[in-house]
Amino acid sequence: MPATAPTLSDTGAALCAILILLVPLAGAGLALINTGLGRSRSAAHLMMSSLCVVSVAALAYIFCGFAWQGFAGQPAHVAMIGGKPWGWLGAGPLLLRHMTFAASPALLAALLGMLSAGLAGLIPLGAGADRWRLGACCASTALLAGWTFPLFSHWVWGGGWLAQLGADYGIGQGFVDAGGASTIQAMGGLTALAIVWILGARRGKYAHDGMPTAIPGHNAVFVLFGCLLALVGWWGLNSAGTILFNGAEPGVAVIVAINSTLSAASAALAAALVTNTRFGKPDASLTANGWIGGLAASSGACAFVLPIEAAIIGVIAGVLVTFSVEWFELRMSVDDPGGSISAHAMGGLWGVLAVGVFGSIPPRVLNSSGQAVAHPGQWLAQLVGIATLIGFVLPLTYGLNWLLNRVYPQRVPAEGERQGMDLYELGAGAYPEFITHGDEFTER
Amino acid sequence: MKILGFMLLLSGWAIVLTAVALLTQDGPRAAFVLAGIGVEIVGLTLVIRAHPVRRGEHE
Repeated sequence: MPATAPTLSDTGAALCAILILLVPLAGAGLALINTGLGRSRSAAHLMMSSLCVVSVAALAYIFCGFAWQGFAGQPAHVAMIGGKPWGWLGAGPLLLRHMTFAASPALLAALLGMLSAGLAGLIPLGAGADRWRLGACCASTALLAGWTFPLFSHWVWGGGWLAQLGADYGIGQGFVDAGGASTIQAMGGLTALAIVWILGARRGKYAHDGMPTAIPGHNAVFVLFGCLLALVGWWGLNSAGTILFNGAEPGVAVIVAINSTLSAASAALAAALVTNTRFGKPDASLTANGWIGGLAASSGACAFVLPIEAAIIGVIAGVLVTFSVEWFELRMSVDDPGGSISAHAMGGLWGVLAVGVFGSIPPRVLNSSGQAVAHPGQWLAQLVGIATLIGFVLPLTYGLNWLLNRVYPQRVPAEGERQGMDLYELGAGAYPEFITHGDEFTER
Repeated sequence: MKILGFMLLLSGWAIVLTAVALLTQDGPRAAFVLAGIGVEIVGLTLVIRAHPVRRGEHE
């Protein structure tokens, strides 16, 4: 990304603000998908958790997150390694105290970051559905939005060392992530994996011989409507990220919206085709996961690829997500009711790699005479980012949540799972006129 | 095995960082970055294999 902050005209800033205001629709879509893919007796709990997670993320991010994420051209903690600066953490004051409250790019970045942190916090909810306590969701989100997300976002979006790989080491244009394939999707998905490892599987999910039991989602309409809602949010997310963090002109929003839609559509059709071929009928929940995986993958390169390349990225994401869901459940014994790990972590990581494979990124690294020069090796910059996500972010988020679990157990007691999270934690169900079923707890 | 897996994840990342910081030629740098990712894959495999045991604790 550029080391200096982008400049925006008043019209550009207004357009960017409108795009950012679409982002909550992505959160609403994810909340509906997570709820629909969970059990009916935890539906109100999941929506309540979604609301609380977004609230905690907003407060934690504005309290300290943006100060540590920073923005291009703002103060940062820098370590000198081999004579080269490595920006590793923003150094702004807490609570946005340094901001001028006009529609500056930095303030728009703070708004986008606040909503992005909430979106990243919603992703693990789908994986921990039916067994993750409300208080633990909130505490885990505070760690994510207040520390893990800002730290990695500084490296990618705040002018940190990953973004400067091109300028400092001549590796491509530095690590590039237009709309949050790494900072939001992979970050949320890897946190979801850590949460599932800590929580364990739902009671009754795995038989004594290790074979998983199918526990279908309770409302396919929620899931599929959530997909359509999320698309609108993703248009805003990908467009605003490209403008604010990659220095693109506001007009890029059109091609970003086309590419994001093509990627999601291709991924959903690929997932429907694969499941139809394998099972005889298209699977609605896997198709929805494919759609979200396509959106997550589109976030990386949405502004730097042709529409046909966006469609190819989507097809690969759809196939990848479909097989990944089965692989996690059958081979790894990972009980992820919402498919969050496959859709967001696998989709996001593929989206990051796709920037190196398909992306045509305008030269932005300046030489000594001030001219933009193109460096080869964009794929290597993207691989360094992927290595950082798997080798640093995953252990970090696992360690933080493991410590939290020692202080405040994150899993609901067995009685809570038996009653359902709605009754146990909220005292009332989402559908009081229906009888909930408990037959999956029959000893097998 | 879980702790060893996480240590390998961090070690792989350290190899990648070292390659970026110390090597200047594209070929060796790419080779060491790929080697670091290979170490991470081994670490991830160990962490994955360490976790199915937890499944039984909640049955």
